[in-house]
Order: sequence, then C-alpha cells, then structure tokens
Amino acid sequence: MYTQGLDQAGGKPQRRDALESAEQLAAFQARIDADEKIEAKDWMPEAYRRTLVRQISQHAHSEIIGMQPEGNWLTRAPTLRRKAILLAKVQDEAGHGLYLYGAAETLGTSREQMVQDLLDGKAKYSSIFNYPTLTWADIGAIGWLVDGAAIMNQIPLCRCSFGPYARAMVRVCKEESFHQRQGYDIMLTLARGNATQKAMAQDALNRWWWPSLMMFGPNDADSPHSAQSMQWKIKRFSNDELRQKFVDATVPQAGFLGLTMPDDKLAYDDESGHYRFGEINWQEFYDVLAGNGPCNRERMATRRKAHADGAWVREAASVYAEKQAARNAA
Amino acid sequence: MATQMNIEQARLTYALRLGDNALVLGQRLIELVTHQPELEEELANANISLDYIGQARMYYSCAGELEGKGRTEDDFALLRDSGEYQNLLLLELPNGHFGDTIVRQVLFDSFYILQLEALLGCDDAGLAEIAARAIKEVRYHLRHVSLWLIRLGDGTQESHARVSQSLLDLWRYTGEMFSGDAVDDCLRDACNGPDLARIQVEWRSNVNAVLAEATLAMPEDEWMIGGGRQGVHTEHMGFLLAEMQHVQRACPGASW
Repeated sequence: MYTQGLDQAGGKPQRRDALESAEQLAAFQARIDADEKIEAKDWMPEAYRRTLVRQISQHAHSEIIGMQPEGNWLTRAPTLRRKAILLAKVQDEAGHGLYLYGAAETLGTSREQMVQDLLDGKAKYSSIFNYPTLTWADIGAIGWLVDGAAIMNQIPLCRCSFGPYARAMVRVCKEESFHQRQGYDIMLTLARGNATQKAMAQDALNRWWWPSLMMFGPNDADSPHSAQSMQWKIKRFSNDELRQKFVDATVPQAGFLGLTMPDDKLAYDDESGHYRFGEINWQEFYDVLAGNGPCNRERMATRRKAHADGAWVREAASVYAEKQAARNAA
Repeated sequence: MATQMNIEQARLTYALRLGDNALVLGQRLIELVTHQPELEEELANANISLDYIGQARMYYSCAGELEGKGRTEDDFALLRDSGEYQNLLLLELPNGHFGDTIVRQVLFDSFYILQLEALLGCDDAGLAEIAARAIKEVRYHLRHVSLWLIRLGDGTQESHARVSQSLLDLWRYTGEMFSGDAVDDCLRDACNGPDLARIQVEWRSNVNAVLAEATLAMPEDEWMIGGGRQGVHTEHMGFLLAEMQHVQRACPGASW
C-alpha cells in the first residue's frame, strides 16, 4: 500500500533550516545528482529529513490502516485456501508497517511519536482505505487495483535517494507483486463464475476504479511541492505519469476479465499509444482526505480503541521487564 | 478390541475433531486481527492463526481421504452445521480481552502439544505426519503465549487481577480436554494414540509450572462443562459458523 504523496513539501521552514549553509546544500545536491544513496547518519537538509519522515510514516500508517478493510473479510473468506492467503497478506502488511516505521526511526523520530500523531489525527494515511469492503469481490479488487497502483508508485521508490527507504521498498515490492497477482486471481475466478459472482466483480470494479486512480495524488498542476521531491530523487515520476502508466497497464487486464471500466470517456489514443480517461472527481478526493470518506471515522476509531484497550497490556509488559532487569541485577 | 470398521470411523472422527479445534481457534484469533495491543503482536497473532488454519486444512484433507466420499476441506469447514462440529467448547468462546485469549491459548496449547507428541508415535500414518508438522508450530505458540501469561501475571496489579479472573472463568472448560469417549479409547487402544489420563497428569504439571512463574494460583477443580465431542455447543457457536460460512451458503455450488 502506498501513501499518495499527500505532503510532498518539507513542511514549514524551521529555525534549524537557516543554519544550513549554501555550501552544505550544494554538496548534498551534488551527492543526489551523482546517484549516491543518503544514509541515516549522513548530513541532510532538515527539509529533506522532514519530507522523508512524513512520507515514510504516512506509508507505514497506510499499511496499518490498510489491514482493516481486508481484515473485514478474513472471518468470511469463501474457502480455507482464500482465508489463508488473505491472512498471509494482512500479516505482510503488518510487517511492512513494522519495517517502514523502522526506516523512519533512523531519521530520529520514534515509532511511538509517529503512532501518536496518527491517533491524534495529525498524520495522514492513504485515502483509499476509507472506502468500505462490501463483498468478497472487493478483496479481489483491492489486490488487483489498489496493490497494482501501489506497485506503480513503489517500484520507483526502490531507487529513492534515501537508502533505508529504498531498501525497505525492494522487499515491500516483492510482496506487493504477489498480493496483486492474488487479487487478480480472485477477480478472474469471479469473472468466470456464475452470474452473481460476475455481477459482484463488476460492482467491485465500479466502486474501486476511481479511488484507485486517486491514489496517485493530485494532477501535476495541483501538486506544487513535487518538484522539490523530484530534485531530491525521493520521487522519480510525476503523479500524472504514474497514473497514466497504471491506466495503460490495467485497462487491458479488465478486458481480459470481461469487465467494463466505469468510465464512458475511456478510449485508446492511437497517436500517443495511451488510454485517455475521464475527469477524476477531485472534490471526492479532497473530501476523503479531509476526513469525510465513508469509513474515515470507523478506521480511526478502530485504531484508537485497539491502542487504548492494549494500554494495560503494554504497561504490564514494561513493568515486568523492569522487574526482570532488577532481578537480573540483584 | 474395536472392530476394523470402528477403527476407521474413530480415525475419521478423530481427524475431524482435530480439524475442528484448529479451525475454530484459528477463526477466533482471526477476529483479533487489527485489534492487538502492539504491532509486533499483530504479526504474531496473524502468524499463529495462519498456522491453525493451515493445520485445519491438513486434518480435513486427511478426513476427506479417510471418509472416501469426495468431501473437501471446504465441505467440512463451511458446509457442516453446529451439531456436526466436535471442537472443544473452550475454543469457541468469544475472545474477551487480551488476557482471556492468552489464558485460553496457554490452557489449550499445553494440552494440544501433548496430544501431538502422542500422535507422532501413533499407528495412523496420516495423523502422525500432520502432527510432525504441527508440533513445530505449536511449540512456538506455546512459548509465545506462556511468556505473555508470565508478563501479565507478574506485571501490574491490574494485569495480575485480570488474568487471575480469566483463569477462573475458563478453568471449567478444561475438563473436557481429558474426558474422552469411545473414539479416544479406540485410537489409544487400536492405534497407539494419545492416552488422555496420562496427558492430564503431565498437563497439570506443565500448566502449574507456567502459572507459578506467572505468580498465579491454579484454580480448584469445579464442575466441568462438556459437550463438544457430542456436537452440543455454546450459544456462541452458531454465530461463529454463520459468519464463517456466509459466502458459501449464500452462493451454493460456486467456485471461489
């Protein structure tokens, strides 16, 4: 799963930024231009650090929140094989969250702080997880479309200038590509199934197609901070470039399934060799980002409740560890 | 001495019971996904539930072969009614809080690992083979949940009080593990299978050791609830099955 570059900027300039000399900034940019990897202990502009902490932690939060819509079908998966595969996938997502938090921690912000920011509503996660999973076909559509879009976003991140993030992405991408194939396999089985199953597959595609396109973030013209991320080689392709790649790859896959994309304007353009598609409902996108998607409140309530319910458990573990340390010292 | 037909029937029922235990516990643990107190625990819980679902699939496939009527793992899991399920009642109880699930798991896994050890050496090659795979997983589960029980028992006053109560609440479901019927007797006598009386002695001693380290007292034995082996369940079981079987039941005969 992917954070959609919701805040590409390095945030508001802070006092420490002013202490950075032109020479330091130029030397840093020269390293980036030479395709050197920046490691956690290397000098880096504070804005670069803030951008990465924000992006990587948003990515981690997306993995964790993203477990909910899929977890919604774990107890009802239609076969034991599908149940086991979905469970393994949800477990992978927890694992992605864990090592993404780890990558972000190398930049000096603790996981506790990042989690607290999420619970306080200060940190964002991918808007796609605020849509509900209503039928089993939604699990197929998420794997096919949402993980498919995530892979488009994440493959370039394997070459991101920040070493720990790039290396985490190599592992994440391998697993995501497996998830994507599993999702497509669910859709294929439904598309070749009975009338109810086919209708279920089409309905899921209708509901997930447009939100999947929104995962790439605003149009380039409305994404003013992308340029800095491109210059730092955190980002390698623009939102619109990645979105177009995704559409070009996915439309023929829908054709193979015998499903119809919910877009009257979708057409292949011989001249450019790309599929042209209709206008995204950006009002919906910004509404969901602002907390007004169908499931924003439920997703956050679930996370906060799990955290609150676990407080006594974490406290017990920490008190026990102290007791053990004291016993060992005695 | 049991007749040949009885042995076959006993082996089939025994395989189904093992499958039912694994599936029902796995299903309960799956409900806890996204509700764990720590991210590391999300990974552990998903991993443990995945092991149980995997084990259920192996037991049901084995049962399908023993039965020889072409029933699949999904037929057993998703198309049988409550009365045909023969799992331990302990495993179908709603999860409760984190301490309840840890206590349930310690009590069951402490039994299950001894059951698997006995099955390793039994004359039923199919069950012995599954036991050899399952035991590695269950050793890890038992270690994991025992460590948690020790942390909670010997943690704060609150955690100690909570798991003490969990233990009292769940204790009356433990007798069922050892109150075998003709199927257990047949497997023990004809297939060199688990001897529940011996397992019970060892179980008490192992559980007592963990409880002692967790500074928890073993409850007094009281009236014990049974019924799982006869397909007589708690009121919770119908809801568990309704949720788990919903898609298969709504679309009969479809492939997924």
